[in-house]
Amino acid sequence: MDIEAKVKQIVMDKLGVEEAQVVPAANFIEDLRADSLDTVELVMAFEDEFGLTIPDEDQERLRTVGQAIDYLKEKLG
Amino acid sequence: MLSFHAKFSSFGSSVPKKILNNFDLEKIVDTTDEWIRTRTGMFERHIASETEAASDFAHQAAVNAIESSNVKYKDIELIIVATISGDHPFPSTACIVQKKLGLKNIPAFDVSAGCTGFVYALDVARQYVENGIAKHVLVIGVDILTKITNWKDRNTCVLFGDGSGAAIVSRAEASDISRIIDTKIDADGSQGDLLIQQAGGSRMPASHASVDGNLHTVYMEGNRIFKNAIKSMYASSEELLRRNNLSVSDIDWVIPHQANMRIIEGLADKMRVPMSKVIVNIEKYGNTSSATIPIATDEAIRNKKIRRGDIILLTSFGAGLTWGSILARY
Repeated sequence: MDIEAKVKQIVMDKLGVEEAQVVPAANFIEDLRADSLDTVELVMAFEDEFGLTIPDEDQERLRTVGQAIDYLKEKLG
Repeated sequence: MLSFHAKFSSFGSSVPKKILNNFDLEKIVDTTDEWIRTRTGMFERHIASETEAASDFAHQAAVNAIESSNVKYKDIELIIVATISGDHPFPSTACIVQKKLGLKNIPAFDVSAGCTGFVYALDVARQYVENGIAKHVLVIGVDILTKITNWKDRNTCVLFGDGSGAAIVSRAEASDISRIIDTKIDADGSQGDLLIQQAGGSRMPASHASVDGNLHTVYMEGNRIFKNAIKSMYASSEELLRRNNLSVSDIDWVIPHQANMRIIEGLADKMRVPMSKVIVNIEKYGNTSSATIPIATDEAIRNKKIRRGDIILLTSFGAGLTWGSILARY
């Protein structure tokens, strides 16, 4: 499974949203109704899934589904 | 050189009578029962009155622990109190508890490790017992954080409750199945600013400005603490299991620090421990800091969940940053 598909699956599992909602522009908090702890849990799930550490200062860069995918592609590329 | 084994003789606890629930908090700050429940898992917390302080509950928890053991008051050879909200900056709360218990000619001191305090104090008590210096150590976790809470900050004031829990750590006899198997404590001072009471010490003594600025209250960067908490409790717990050749399935009960339901669930998920094996009472007490683990353990023993011979894992995380775990056969 590629990075994009894995990210979408994690977002669906963690936030309980439908696949159709998980578009690149979707903002976790504003569009997918995540609370601040959900966003931390998402980052931790990405870390576990992809075997990397995402520093706290980078977390600000992961506000949307697309930003998360781009960030992970950049780090894992 | 290990001479003896240490064990838990008993636990005891004590909390204030006054209860504040989420609906009461709705009247104090801009929050809702739903907001608090979904983010913390809390509903009620016990709150000390104006005239009550840490040693009042520490003393009662100690009495309850002693009374439910075979240990006599005069057999206690050391008192260690874990607290960050003692009666006074000095003397130590341990010395005040010693006075209240009427004990003389034994050492007594406090340990400061935030919410990990009780785990730190148990690690210290274990050394005294295993080295043969003391046969019975009274270990108490007590915090009255509601007295150093910023009641205008809706992100933190809903989190804390008051109370105390105690344990008697004793030398295990050869016939005992109970013993403390292993302990692991750790710290990372470089992240200390994430969770801090800024004023009241020598860096920033009490002044009109420090009081007006609410600097004597708990400051916390919740999101960063959240992530650190899960990772570090997982790390010390896994380390204890690994070096004792145990697996998660060998554990009967995990008693985690009760700071946030979602931290507890995150930890259980990461450890792959079913929630049915995790002791949780956060709904009734909130975060009582160094008291959460002994209160939860005492309650689970009295409810006959934890029984003699069960393998228990205590794990905590707190200001410092500090964290640690205790592996024991109760």
